[in-house]
Amino acid sequence: MQASNLLFIIIALAVFGYFSGYGRSLRVAKPLGSISKLHSLPSYYAMQTAIWVALPALLLMAVWLLAADSITHAYIMRGFEQVTATSDYNLTLNRIINVASGALPGAGQSAEIVAAAEQLQQIGATQQWALTVLVLTLCSAGGLWSWQRIKADFRARAAVEGMLQKFLLMSASLAILTTLGIVLSVLFESIRFFSTVPITEFVFGTSWSPQTAIRVDQIGSSGSFGAVPLFTGTLLISAIAMVVAVPVGLMSAIYLAEYASPKFRRSAKPLLEILAGVPTVVYGFFAALTVAPLIRDLGSSFGLDVAAESALAAGSVMGIMIIPFISSLADDVITAVPQSMRDGSLAMGATQSETIRNVVIPAALPGIVGGILLAASRAIGETMIVVMAAGMAANLTANPLDAVTTVTVQIVTLLTGDQEFDSAKTLAAFALGLMLFIVTLGLNFLALRIVKKYREQYD
Amino acid sequence: MANDNERPIPGASVGEQFQDNARMSMRNVNIFYGEKQAIFDVSLDIGQNQVMAMIGPSGCGKSTFLRSLNRMNDTIEGCRVEGQIAMDGQNLYDEKLDVVELRARVGMVFQKPNPFPKSIYDNVAYGPKIHGLAESRVDLDEMVESSLRKASLWNEVKDRLHQPGTGLSGGQQQRLCIARAIAVNPEVILMDEPCSALDPIATAKIEELIEELSENFTIAIVTHSMQQAARVSHRTAYFHLGRLIEVNPTEQVFTMPEHELTEGYITGRFG
Repeated sequence: MQASNLLFIIIALAVFGYFSGYGRSLRVAKPLGSISKLHSLPSYYAMQTAIWVALPALLLMAVWLLAADSITHAYIMRGFEQVTATSDYNLTLNRIINVASGALPGAGQSAEIVAAAEQLQQIGATQQWALTVLVLTLCSAGGLWSWQRIKADFRARAAVEGMLQKFLLMSASLAILTTLGIVLSVLFESIRFFSTVPITEFVFGTSWSPQTAIRVDQIGSSGSFGAVPLFTGTLLISAIAMVVAVPVGLMSAIYLAEYASPKFRRSAKPLLEILAGVPTVVYGFFAALTVAPLIRDLGSSFGLDVAAESALAAGSVMGIMIIPFISSLADDVITAVPQSMRDGSLAMGATQSETIRNVVIPAALPGIVGGILLAASRAIGETMIVVMAAGMAANLTANPLDAVTTVTVQIVTLLTGDQEFDSAKTLAAFALGLMLFIVTLGLNFLALRIVKKYREQYD
Repeated sequence: MANDNERPIPGASVGEQFQDNARMSMRNVNIFYGEKQAIFDVSLDIGQNQVMAMIGPSGCGKSTFLRSLNRMNDTIEGCRVEGQIAMDGQNLYDEKLDVVELRARVGMVFQKPNPFPKSIYDNVAYGPKIHGLAESRVDLDEMVESSLRKASLWNEVKDRLHQPGTGLSGGQQQRLCIARAIAVNPEVILMDEPCSALDPIATAKIEELIEELSENFTIAIVTHSMQQAARVSHRTAYFHLGRLIEVNPTEQVFTMPEHELTEGYITGRFG
């Protein structure tokens, strides 16, 4: 049976287990007079039964699906001991799998491969049967065991609470483990990159031109991997975006939270949040087709030489994109400042703007900085607008009218198209990713420290 | 109001409503929240350097009335005041009146201590700073010290003026709020149940303080505690369902109330 069908059956059985557990607890309660004589509510007994039906079976299935393939593949490949190189091994294995699934015609393949493919098919079929039988056995065993445990003094509530807590813990650790996994995978690829390009050249080099030649004897075979222009480009564009977004976002938040009538606020806030829902590609062509030419024309009327694709165009459009991150979050935290703070200040004869400046904003500062940080990380990670409006040229410049490129844009160009996966060019993308991760982590850390120092805590 | 039918409430208040040395005078004040009327036709004077206690069952409108005395109910949406509330002969609800200036002259202390999330020093210096009362840093230091002294908090906090005001105990916080209010040199101080969130010892300190403050300030205090009203006030006003029932010298209110409702309340028959 297919794993997905099996999943549905497990769920159905769990539902059945729930209701039979419910029924049994009611039957247990009946001679005692009332369900209050049971230790727990019937729903807890029911939940306990359902969990025991589903959980062991699901765990088994997860382990099986994760492990079964690699074990079978190792078993199949026994006959191919002469294949040693990793790529050849994978090639042979893939060929066998494809023949077995019928994607590749068996005719024309070597007899060994056809035999192995047949074996694979057989094992696959047996495995599915075995899994089905095992899962169903586990379901019923678990269900029956917990079903017969339903007695008046059985503490189902505590059991369910305990299991719930473990489940929540698992969810939390899953998120953390995923982060860890991402960091580690990037880290290992980066280490491979740094074995070909020295880390000092990468971190301090001022020239970025990742074109490596295919043959060693070609001109410019080595390429240059100085990441400085990319990071300055990223910082320049993000800075422009923040210069646009922070004042506008903050002031609109203050207006919405403190001055606007509730009716206006109710309709204006969702409208503002639509800005965050516009796909970045759309912002991209808005930037490339409308804003960039506008800035160029404006610049030339002042006698300035503006590139067709400029950091200013990309940055300002990006700034508009992240306004709602700041305004919406800031609005929430400003609204959360207790009215008693405002009353205290107003009762001293402070005006509304004095109250906002001296009392409300300081009290809301941690949340505001949080919103700004979120917006900043969006700006640093943004790719599409920059690709379309700021160009690909890795110029080392602080002039917002020049074309620049960013870290994320380069990662995309390095990893799109046909690439060898172990050339310096592709591995550079991981090194860039790692650097970017470290930089944003550092920024976050710094900002949190600043907030901690200056926050004014109200209770 | 529905309750009007259940218990007869007279249209007019009894007692000595009016004073010769009136600092604030209210005439025929009606206050509405949207459609609902919270205060009915209240006329009352608060005399110079007097402590006026306002008592009455919950929901009788005494806090609403108090907040209208420095227009703090402006911040409540749909709140509307009719009639005349005047301070030194000037109508507070005159369009030309500057609310900011009014609130500097009529300070307020709230039910729950609400120090700003700033240092103790900055809490007290807040008012003088926004009103430009201090010429120099030394001036400001002096103002902070004298306000804290008047609020009898100086000795407890003089070594930690730059620690957050929110770190103080509840009673200290409330005295900090009083210090903050008197730092701008108001003429009248309104107190809205200033001790209801405090323990008895802190309450005793605040009551002592109110007595001292009455030498320099005119004070209106809303309280739920009749003992407190009896201890600190010169005159007591009894509110019932939005109406001013009786106002008389405190001693008289608590010994020989004129109105049966007042008597009922102070003897604990209802409230």
